Amino acid sequence: MSDVNGVELTVFIIFFALVTVMGFAAARWRRGQTLMHLDEWGLAGRGFGTFTTWFLLGGDLYTAYTFIAVPAAVFAGGAMGFWALPYAAIAYPIVFLIGPRLWSVSHVHGYVTTADFVRGRFGSKSLGLAVALTGIMAMMPYIALQLVGIQAVLTVIGVKGSGLAKDLPLLIAFALLAAYTYTSGLRAPALIAFVKDSLIYLVIIVAIIYIPTKLGGWGHIFDSAQASLAKPNPATGKPSGSLITSDMTHWAYGTLALGSALALFIYPHTVTGTLASGRRNVIKRNAALLPAYSLLLGLLALLGYMALAQPDVAAAVKAAKNPQLAVPTLFDHVFPSWFAGVAFAAIGVGALVPAAIMSIAASNLFTRNVYKEFFRPDASPAEQTRVAQLVSLLVKLGALVFVLAFDKTLSINLQLLGGIWIVQTFPSLGLGLYTRWFHRWALLAGWAVAMVYGTLTAYNQHSPAQRHFAQSTADVPFLHHTAYIALTAFVLNMVVVLVLTAILRAARVPDGTDETDDGDYLADAGDPGVRERPELVAE
Amino acid sequence: MPDPRSTSPAVRVVVAVLLIAPFVVYLAVPSYARVKPRLAGFPFFYWWQLLWVIITAVFIGIAYLLTRTGGRR
Repeated sequence: MSDVNGVELTVFIIFFALVTVMGFAAARWRRGQTLMHLDEWGLAGRGFGTFTTWFLLGGDLYTAYTFIAVPAAVFAGGAMGFWALPYAAIAYPIVFLIGPRLWSVSHVHGYVTTADFVRGRFGSKSLGLAVALTGIMAMMPYIALQLVGIQAVLTVIGVKGSGLAKDLPLLIAFALLAAYTYTSGLRAPALIAFVKDSLIYLVIIVAIIYIPTKLGGWGHIFDSAQASLAKPNPATGKPSGSLITSDMTHWAYGTLALGSALALFIYPHTVTGTLASGRRNVIKRNAALLPAYSLLLGLLALLGYMALAQPDVAAAVKAAKNPQLAVPTLFDHVFPSWFAGVAFAAIGVGALVPAAIMSIAASNLFTRNVYKEFFRPDASPAEQTRVAQLVSLLVKLGALVFVLAFDKTLSINLQLLGGIWIVQTFPSLGLGLYTRWFHRWALLAGWAVAMVYGTLTAYNQHSPAQRHFAQSTADVPFLHHTAYIALTAFVLNMVVVLVLTAILRAARVPDGTDETDDGDYLADAGDPGVRERPELVAE
Repeated sequence: MPDPRSTSPAVRVVVAVLLIAPFVVYLAVPSYARVKPRLAGFPFFYWWQLLWVIITAVFIGIAYLLTRTGGRR
């Protein structure tokens, strides 16, 4: 693999360019119908049906996370890495419960971001600010994960060097992302979603049908993976994993799934997708349809085992000390070069598009809930666009810092770190959709305590490879089990919220005004007062 | 006065059970941490969890149909 694979690289570039040009062309073609204004993006935000919403939301799930990070976790740790499947299943009952209510109240009151809702519901600008800042922070490691994904693909194709050029694939990935977001905004990614997802489906289906036949069937894959996982790891002297979870890992497995499920649909970029649907029932229907994605995610995770079952692939990945290379290397070895190129393009576009959407979601939060709210209430649309563009660049630089500063032995930790932060907004956001009982100061205090606890605990996790942030699970105080830090911090958060609310209510500390009514949470398109949200995906 | 769009208590209970069941199944990790019985080469751990993705989807689908009719839409 020391040389560039010409066929793969060529096919990669052709497909990559084709998809991108198609996105831009489509955007140009539609542009004539609307004014050159921020609202131009609006076409993406008006009345999406079940089908389009399925693609849009599903696209948020199919990122480098699914293709690179999850199989890498399975490759490195066996069953422990498979928690992404229960996560992707139990996320949907949560969507069913909070999605429609968030849709309704947002459409009655004109909320575009999660921070808008929290500010309106609890009458607290500071709580809105906390939610906005958390969203921006949580997006950075998630974007970083996408960069790692593109980097892995480029490395396997052979774009790499030594010395300064060692980071070449990463710099190319970053430049691609920055250029793409800056010029296209959110319009092209939304339009590319169909092409991108079709390409990804093709690759997934080929991968999970073709590779097992080539490797001698599923039974053989599991058996070989078991044998490979049972071998002692030279660094620790212990087996690197097993086919099923053990007494040591049951807690971590369950809490990682639950914590990530709480996080998924309160991320800024997934909320945008939810709000873009045309009716509240579209969200409910999608909560039932989207698990189809999860099924494929589960089978994709098993690509990690296929990489283990193929001795030359496993050896190459282990020699590179980078489990993220498991899937690209597997594709490189079993597919003919031209199809490996197609698959790499699918992974590349599949990482680039969500990363663009994420960085725009983060800059929307900043522009709307920080800049406009606290600094320039009368900022013109043009000024807002400029700020948003600048911030989207800063967010990506932040992501780059995460990539460089973090040990990449397991990139899934990047996404899990984002989860630790975003879950701390669940009391205000997810529970806030159902109850107004929590006091605004209690919510703010609970958030602050949990953010500090979660960040410090994650910071203190070390491994032989890394001194800080080595993993996202830690010992739970008093319980003597290892669990996902996000969930431990969430429990702490809730305790603070409940106790302080009781105290503040008893002391009759004035609460903020709730600008929403009970009926607002059930409103549907066509009801009086429900606005269309053309600007939803706009700013 | 109850909102005419809200659902009846009986339906609420059924919907709650349908939506909570997947959590109970998936979070009871030791209950499915087994290799046998295998299905088409898949250890129990894997096919059981994949199967429940489909069941979860069906449960949510039923919950949707129940709340749609119960809620007038």
